[in-house]
Amino acid sequence: MSTVKFTVSALAVIAASATAAAARDQIQVSGSSTVLPYATIVAEVFGENADFPVPVVESGGTGSGLQKFCEGVGENTIDIANASRPIRDAEREACTANGVTDIMEVRIGYDGIVFANAAAGPDFAYTPAAWFNALSAKVVKDGKVVDNTAANWNEVNPDLPEQEILAFIPGTKHGTREVFEEKVIMAGCEESGAMEAFVASGMDEDAAEEACTTLRTDGRAVDIDGDYTETLARIESSPNGIGVFGLSFFENNTDKLKVGTINGVTPSTETIASGEYPVSRPLFFYVKKAHIGQIQGLQEFVEFFVSDELAGPDGPLAEYGLVSDPELAATQEAVANQTVMQ
Amino acid sequence: MTDMPLSRPTDMADRKPSASLLEQDARTKARNAAEKRFRLYGVAAIAISMIALVVLLATILTGGAGAFRQTYLNIPVELDAEILDPKGNRDPAEMAKVLTLSYGKVLDAAVEATVARHGLQIEGLSEKDIDNLISKEASAQVRDRVLAEPELVGQTVEFDVLTGGRIDGYFKGRVTMESAERDSNTSPQQLQLAQELADRGEMVTRFNWNFLRYADASDQRPEAAGLGVAILGSFYMMLVVLVLAVPIGVAASIYLEEFAPKNRITDIIEVNISNLAAVPSIVFGILGLAAFINFAGLPQSAPIVGGLVLTLMTLPRIIIPTRAALKAVPPSIRDAALGVGASKMQSVFHHVLPLATPGILTGMILGLAQALGETAPLLLIGMVAFIRDVPGGLPSGLFDPASALPVQVYNWTQRSDPAFIERASGAIIVLLIFLLCMNVLAIWLRRKFERRW
Repeated sequence: MSTVKFTVSALAVIAASATAAAARDQIQVSGSSTVLPYATIVAEVFGENADFPVPVVESGGTGSGLQKFCEGVGENTIDIANASRPIRDAEREACTANGVTDIMEVRIGYDGIVFANAAAGPDFAYTPAAWFNALSAKVVKDGKVVDNTAANWNEVNPDLPEQEILAFIPGTKHGTREVFEEKVIMAGCEESGAMEAFVASGMDEDAAEEACTTLRTDGRAVDIDGDYTETLARIESSPNGIGVFGLSFFENNTDKLKVGTINGVTPSTETIASGEYPVSRPLFFYVKKAHIGQIQGLQEFVEFFVSDELAGPDGPLAEYGLVSDPELAATQEAVANQTVMQ
Repeated sequence: MTDMPLSRPTDMADRKPSASLLEQDARTKARNAAEKRFRLYGVAAIAISMIALVVLLATILTGGAGAFRQTYLNIPVELDAEILDPKGNRDPAEMAKVLTLSYGKVLDAAVEATVARHGLQIEGLSEKDIDNLISKEASAQVRDRVLAEPELVGQTVEFDVLTGGRIDGYFKGRVTMESAERDSNTSPQQLQLAQELADRGEMVTRFNWNFLRYADASDQRPEAAGLGVAILGSFYMMLVVLVLAVPIGVAASIYLEEFAPKNRITDIIEVNISNLAAVPSIVFGILGLAAFINFAGLPQSAPIVGGLVLTLMTLPRIIIPTRAALKAVPPSIRDAALGVGASKMQSVFHHVLPLATPGILTGMILGLAQALGETAPLLLIGMVAFIRDVPGGLPSGLFDPASALPVQVYNWTQRSDPAFIERASGAIIVLLIFLLCMNVLAIWLRRKFERRW
């Protein structure tokens, strides 16, 4: 009998609570795991200094973040989506279809992508061409397109150490993979003349590009679907492996990893800012303008994120590994004016 | 081997003449050997699982013990009025405009003064090394204190501040002079300085209650990260599960076991309950997102939603053992109750249910323990997130964002700073202690109330 009463009252509590779901106090952020550490640093300092609750920051990848972002407008949808690549047209269309029309695009800075091996291993001086010849499924040998059989790094470039080819690269769900393919493999394909050879062998432009970025599947290029901690664990268990990392991750683990140069340039916030180091990408977050004024503290948080104190070259984000944006002032102005994407 | 069947009659024939009980014949020997082998397999199976358990526990304990100890630095901080209260009117509202970043500068000066006071001069020690001795959390700590007591501005106040993650790691053996050589976030000189300060008693490593009280912290301050929000979030969710799943589950089991007619419909229900118990938990997360957040409009990341999702997941896991416990009560008890004139309901509530209680309680606690360790269903409802604000008190706190213990483990293992690995192992230890307590309680309740016939 008391059980019955208990059940009824419990159900009443749920019913009451469902209707009385109070207005949301805190900002909801989701998206890229690359932007996550920066967003949490800003959220933490924002919570300490402003009279607003600390924003809730989720991760899960750029794609899923933007998908959630585009679900609609209202308190039950997120306010900000972090992205390690610009929003795609298809995603914009999905947004528009769900009524998410006024979107502010905020670029917070740049992130470098680095190649690192175990700290005890040899020094590597890569070129994009070496990466292409090491990992591509098809390579050009003596003017002919053949399957890639290179087993050691010194086979693709005699200057590289004699170490077996084993690369841990980000899986296809990561935004980092896209940058890796475009700025390293594709660049190497063109640089080594393989692109021309592919076209000469009878492929059209698209097929040649496809051939450039198709990686070998004989176990020498290993996709990592988890995050950088998984890549690090794989390198620790197979010391001949080479991993692809974000600059900030590498800088927090310099005691375990040794970074390789690209075209002779060592990655650092300086070389990335100056453009000498070629493999970098901008990081963004997207804000729903309709939520500004509805969710308290949203405008303040966005302005705080891109302020000189945080995103500037001496701020905590740069200290953590973000390459600060030379055009930060323009971003700050756009944020203050709540400029939306066209 | 092939002639085994043939040899049997000869065996029988052989046995007759020397049929002594003291002398084992070939077949008895074979049987005994088979039994011995079987026992050996059993012992080997147990040994393998024990080794796995010991290795697992040893890894977690050695990795996570450090999370329960933390290094602090005691420094006098001169609260410079010019920086902290530029208007000079000691008005907390005005002073709140001074950000923690400015407090960081005040603290940098304080650390440098402490190093100078002890006359510590180490070759190659940079100013950055000195400033990074202490955690960035310290500036928030000092700011909170100053805003609470504005009259402190202008005075010199002693603060017990957290040291940086690498310094803390050095005193726990995680960071060594060799690794510091290559580490861009510390240097051997910095560690040497820390050692000097520790020798002078300024820097101490002590038990870290704050690990159980502090909220999560960003990647830059692993030393300040704690389980406070996660423990509270898990507690709220378990409360929701307890309040909902137990009465609903027990009521459903009693009806199905004692009152429901045995027909096709109850058969279908029974099959469905068993099926639900085996559904992967992430499916309940998808259901929770659709039903509680998108349809009912409950807030994201809230323990109420987590609790409701875990309730759905736990229900079949409570119903099945509860029904088994009810079934185990001998029918003679029911017959006797009915025989002396009790109604069906009286016989159930006065006689059957009390006898089934130990079984029900055990099932309930094990169901809760399972719910406590779940991460997957929470992934989709926004609880796997960076959450730093402590949720409010009951009942409104159920609607505030909160994290959960297994979620915190998952989050920390993904952070780049190696200090978070230690925290994650520490969180696993806390989770294991909770689970152990619940399981011990379940066993104790069963032992105490169990009755045998």
